[in-house]
Amino acid sequence: MTLTFEDFPPGRFGTFGPRRVTREEILAFAAEFDPQPMHLDEEAAKRSMLRGLSASGWHLCSIMMRMMVDGYMGRTASLGSPGVDEVRWLAPLRPGDDLTLEIDVAEARVSRSRPETGIVTFKGVVRNAAGQALCEMVSPIIVQRRASIAAEQAG
Amino acid sequence: MRFFEDIEIGQRRELGSFTFTADLIKKFAAQFDPQRFHLDEEEGRKSLFGGLAASGWHVGSVCMKLLVADGQRQAKEAAARGEKIAIWGPSPGFRELRWIKPVLAGDTISFASEVESLRLSDSRPEWGILQARNTGTNQRGELVFSLLATAFVPRRNANS
Repeated sequence: MTLTFEDFPPGRFGTFGPRRVTREEILAFAAEFDPQPMHLDEEAAKRSMLRGLSASGWHLCSIMMRMMVDGYMGRTASLGSPGVDEVRWLAPLRPGDDLTLEIDVAEARVSRSRPETGIVTFKGVVRNAAGQALCEMVSPIIVQRRASIAAEQAG
Repeated sequence: MRFFEDIEIGQRRELGSFTFTADLIKKFAAQFDPQRFHLDEEEGRKSLFGGLAASGWHVGSVCMKLLVADGQRQAKEAAARGEKIAIWGPSPGFRELRWIKPVLAGDTISFASEVESLRLSDSRPEWGILQARNTGTNQRGELVFSLLATAFVPRRNANS
């Protein structure tokens, strides 16, 4: 069943994971996109504010995206996202962490300019196995309404 | 990289450009954002994007890549002048990320960073906190990406 706008009422939507993040993944992402010593080099990372090797924040956000796609976005009639209101990197993602993702629907409203779609604003929180919040994100997604999907299938 | 004291509001740096090929778009999407419009040309054409579109997280990650490369160039220049090198701290996050237009296969995006605010950290006196508007512009001069980033920047005399 494809998920549509109507499937995202405000409140807790679900919890996804766990997803383990390996040292190799952290180093590979950092080498390609964020080669700062705190993400690549154990010794330099120990001297950094984060006191040990940690993943790039962009890696954490990208993993969060993948967990959303695997969890529900992959079967949602999503038309994409205009952006992200806010991302807060609260604590470092360490090698070997097992991540879970909590998703809440903060707001859901029908689009004024495209009434066949709605705008669902998600709030996601990624936690490690100890329950510590590593990252919070608030982002709107454009989702088709059920009636417009039915019309497409009939048409 | 520069120290907090060397940075002024309004300073702008051109970070260079990056071409999002179809192969790179699909490779990133397969790993992190496997939605149909990021993986397949035909699905992209049928979508609101109008073509194979890069994941927004790919665009943001490439902006980070060019920011880091620019910082490394500045550090090298400072070292060549015999100056102390500033090592920037982590970022507590960002706000107002806008994917304004799709980045499609073959697009070349030029990134820039402009300082918007500067303040001293209350809890960590050896650090300052910078906010910068990072932007991406395509080969037609259209703004496609914008975000307000925050970073910890070291003060020059923190350890003396």
